[in-house]
Amino acid sequence: MALQADIVTPALDADHALALLRDMIRIRRFEEKCAELYSASKIRGFLHLYIGEEAVAVGAMRALTPDDNIVATYREHGHALLRGISAESIMAEMFGKQEGCSRGRGGSMHLFDAKTRFYGGNAIVGGGLPLAVGLALADKLAHRSRVTACFFGDGAVAEGEFHESLNLAALWKLPVLFCCENNLYGMGTALQRAESETDLCLKASSYEMPAWPVDGMDVVACEEAAHRAAIEVRAGAGPCFVEFRTYRFRAHSMYDPQLYRTRVEVEEWRKRDPIAMFQESLTAQGILDDANLKRIEDETAAEIEAAVAFAEAATPEPVQDLTRFVYSEAKST
Amino acid sequence: MSAEGKVKITYREAMRQAIRDAMIRDQRVFLMGEDVGRYGGCYAVSKGLLEEFGPERIRDTPLSESAFVGAGIGAAMGGMRPIVEIMTVNFSLLALDQIVNNAATILHMSGGQFNIPLVIRMCTGAGRQLAAQHSHSLEGWYAHIPGIKVLTPATLEDARGMLWTALEDPDPVLIFEHGTLYNMEGEIAADAGPVDIVKSAIRRTGTDVSLITYGGTLFKTLQAAEQLTASGIDAEVVDLRTLRPLDTETILDSVTRTHRAVIIDEGWRSGSISAEISARIMEGAFYELDLPVQRICSVEAPMPYAKHLEDAAVPQASSIVESVTNLMGAHG
Repeated sequence: MALQADIVTPALDADHALALLRDMIRIRRFEEKCAELYSASKIRGFLHLYIGEEAVAVGAMRALTPDDNIVATYREHGHALLRGISAESIMAEMFGKQEGCSRGRGGSMHLFDAKTRFYGGNAIVGGGLPLAVGLALADKLAHRSRVTACFFGDGAVAEGEFHESLNLAALWKLPVLFCCENNLYGMGTALQRAESETDLCLKASSYEMPAWPVDGMDVVACEEAAHRAAIEVRAGAGPCFVEFRTYRFRAHSMYDPQLYRTRVEVEEWRKRDPIAMFQESLTAQGILDDANLKRIEDETAAEIEAAVAFAEAATPEPVQDLTRFVYSEAKST
Repeated sequence: MSAEGKVKITYREAMRQAIRDAMIRDQRVFLMGEDVGRYGGCYAVSKGLLEEFGPERIRDTPLSESAFVGAGIGAAMGGMRPIVEIMTVNFSLLALDQIVNNAATILHMSGGQFNIPLVIRMCTGAGRQLAAQHSHSLEGWYAHIPGIKVLTPATLEDARGMLWTALEDPDPVLIFEHGTLYNMEGEIAADAGPVDIVKSAIRRTGTDVSLITYGGTLFKTLQAAEQLTASGIDAEVVDLRTLRPLDTETILDSVTRTHRAVIIDEGWRSGSISAEISARIMEGAFYELDLPVQRICSVEAPMPYAKHLEDAAVPQASSIVESVTNLMGAHG
């Protein structure tokens, strides 16, 4: 159980701190490239950027082992990257290519990967929560000690599936780590315009599960909160709920005039950019300098450049394979 | 047991034996749904199973169709073989998101990585004066959706045998059990077991007209076919058994022999499985037809409570006889 030992002590030594920073920068730069490619019409459909929220995925994913399950949303590029799905196959997916992680059938909103137990970006708000409950039920019935991490936004809290799923997970004491990414808006509707009770932890704790909020712009706090929750879940007492209080800097999808929030509000939140804040803190601590920042940026740029080249060169899925995988090709075992 | 190795059994009991058999065969199989445990199942299908298999494998759920159907999908992806029971097809609409947006799509959307070996059973159909929120026949609707399979067992053999085959299927299978069939009693082979879930069956051979139906209307149709002999009409009865994938070959074969087709469907006519079958006959056997394809469907109204209204709303043996007689008389 070496992994367990790692989990208990997320010590913030220099290497670890730089790894957190690198993770956030990877997501940020990858998505900036996606936005650029969207404008160039290389990527189409909906493209939901995570920019501003990186600390949440970076912190949360660190609390998970390779054996755990992930259920994500349509804003999942970052989670997929950190989980170990290659930038190449994610980019190829967005290009609609055969080498994409969903063979071009899913696109940005539906990244899947069996090898890393990544059970998809789900584009129905709240639609992934029951799946997470089921994955956890399977683990419990099979006596496996695995955590299912389920990501969803504040918008999902208004869905019936949120309440049904939290109740079921708590009732059956299932190992689900509910990760609520509260970015204050369900698309364009502010939380206080959608919820009579805006304290999301209160809702979760009403289902008899531990629930606490964390500053979603502080990557170290996110990691600590996720570790604590994962330890609780792994202990087998049932699910846990963490509300990551964060903010989306970009539009909901690619083109959104953002009539529902003020420029001032966005600017205020940008002052708390999780990457800039962490960089500042690490510089002050003498952990980060121009040289190691440049190394991170250069390596990230090289990874993304390679991903784009891979996606460009990748092959379109043949049209005659359009109906492949509507049903399974092999018999069940 | 009778001399020929047959046993007397009800449809309900056949279904229960099928579940029991599956639970014994495969430890990954479990049953969950509303009141499947302590209550014994809304239609008593799972009665006694809690005592035999325990609460881990016979799981009572809260009234949360979306969550427990979705949990069935997740558990199937997690390596289990869940049987999810939904009390009635109308309640399945509360889980439509999970069935249509997840169960039916994930294999394709994931590029073939995640299949969903899930079985969902539910009660369907009218005939019990349960009015407009417990009586509809929406299986034809589900048959519209690629990615799932739709079974409609009508006979005791199919009630006994379709479940195991469905559980062996790598993809989501929906089983629709017509509510009026649970009490049906008859004899089946003592060693009755798994049956195929892809072929339609000719339940009565005939030469003059193909009566194509499934589920709860099969026996009304068979009864009508017997009555039609009095008018000298020899009807063939096709039991579709499975609505998706539809066994077009058996349908076209029958129509090619009889040259006339009447589809009897407890669903509503507009946009129905009967419309689909009619279209396939037109596409595949147009020049074999002596007459236009006819359809006998439910009246396009929410299902009423009053018995005389409900009887009038759905196809009956008498209305089938009348329609077929008129058809043959007018054109035969």
